[in-house]
Amino acid sequence: MRLKGRKVVGGYAEGEALVSADPVSFYGGVDPETGVVVEPGHAVEGECITGKVFVFPTGKGSTVGSYVIYRMSKLGTAPAALVNSETEAIIATGCVISGIPLVDKLDRDPLVEIKSGDLLKVSADEGVVEVVK
Amino acid sequence: MLVGGDGEAAAKLLELLVALGEVFGAERLVPVESAHIAGVSYKNLGEAGLEWLVEQADLGARARILATLNPAGMDMEEWEAMGVPPEFAEGQRRVIAAFERMGVEPTCTCTPYLVGHIPKLGSQVAWAESSAVCYVNSVLGARTNRESGPTSLASAVTGLAALYGYRLDENRRPGAVVDVEVGLGSIMEYSALGYLTGKRLGTTVPYYVGLGKPSLESMKTLGAACATSGGIALWHGEGVTPEAKGMEEFTDGLERLSVERADLDEEIARLTQPLGDPLIVLGCPHASLGEMAEIARLVKGRDVGGNLWVFTNRGVYAEAEAAGHVSVIEGAGGRVYRDTCMVVAPVKEMGWREVATNSFKAGHYMANMGLRTRMGSIRELLTEVLR
Repeated sequence: MRLKGRKVVGGYAEGEALVSADPVSFYGGVDPETGVVVEPGHAVEGECITGKVFVFPTGKGSTVGSYVIYRMSKLGTAPAALVNSETEAIIATGCVISGIPLVDKLDRDPLVEIKSGDLLKVSADEGVVEVVK
Repeated sequence: MLVGGDGEAAAKLLELLVALGEVFGAERLVPVESAHIAGVSYKNLGEAGLEWLVEQADLGARARILATLNPAGMDMEEWEAMGVPPEFAEGQRRVIAAFERMGVEPTCTCTPYLVGHIPKLGSQVAWAESSAVCYVNSVLGARTNRESGPTSLASAVTGLAALYGYRLDENRRPGAVVDVEVGLGSIMEYSALGYLTGKRLGTTVPYYVGLGKPSLESMKTLGAACATSGGIALWHGEGVTPEAKGMEEFTDGLERLSVERADLDEEIARLTQPLGDPLIVLGCPHASLGEMAEIARLVKGRDVGGNLWVFTNRGVYAEAEAAGHVSVIEGAGGRVYRDTCMVVAPVKEMGWREVATNSFKAGHYMANMGLRTRMGSIRELLTEVLR
């Protein structure tokens, strides 16, 4: 299956999908040292996002979240790529300053079409997310 | 490449502006005349933000337009007296050093417009710091979105910003009319009005009717509170702000919000608890010379025993020092700190538990940090609460 959307930050990455139905705050919501989602009650609480293609609706919370994404990329705990339903400034800023591919506004709902554990190939320059399964 | 020759840092920062411009549907970039950069306190930045700033400086990022800096997490000289831990001070010094290498003026203030950074009516600027954004858009009539730390730095280095949002005429029109049915007096009452407005309107541009004749201080706190409880970046005041006259024609048929004395009292009560012996914290946003004078007048010759902290910037401090206000406040046992404030200093580590203030922005953040709070005007706080 091939989903087509908008490139926000270019690049190519592949990895296992981790799909969250909830928006994500990297500041306070993700531990940059371990890459684990720590927000209590969050849809993917306890899951590690390191090396994954992290799929979630949009960002939320403090603008400091951009720096947390950057910190994760320096520590080697960052996700391989991000896919959002519709992204916003905090996530977009974090991905640009960290060089993490980011795609959003796909032609089909990524939260429905993609399941955690699917293998994804993200060609962000073309805005394409390929679901290999 | 619009800024060829400016090096790797400028290219990356330009990419940031372009990517965000695409996210927000901007058609092009526009030149900006000045920048005000937030994301300065080590408390908020942490090692992550510090590393990014140092990398930008290492890669050769340099401001090509006037760029001022938001408050740090401590008075850069008097941090020990504030009770700031040494490790924090070390991190904070490295943050400021990185900004200085990038040619940013280390003003360390949320009120750059009190130290000579005053954009012209209609000019495009790139300001972060939500309270300063409200002031520059509303009171000065310059144009900015609510920039973040990275985007305001990117604009300082490239001299550009993406054209969307409050940079465009159509997005500066009011979305609701606020009828102020109460005669506003103290700065604190304007702050309460702003806090209520942000709560009720979210990010909608308010058009105020009945604001009276607000002072500069009242307008700076009104915007600060609007931007704290909501995401307001611009407000118009009939007969008060420079763009209000042209906006009248767009007010027909808008949602109307009526504000009465009881509404303000409710907001005051929400952030007011019975306190024992609170620390009185003033200067959010940073105190003006007028506020310094009023505070000095109210504490002159008294002994407040260290229970009064006032925050301002270096420019106002120098003027207040020359006018004798600083020595009066300090002579009474109060403290005056520069470069920082109660919102961005590590106040829990400094041992704060109970605070009283005239700023809803300060009250809001202190309450979020788990402190007990009380609201009051400068006069009430210094004559009734502080004994």
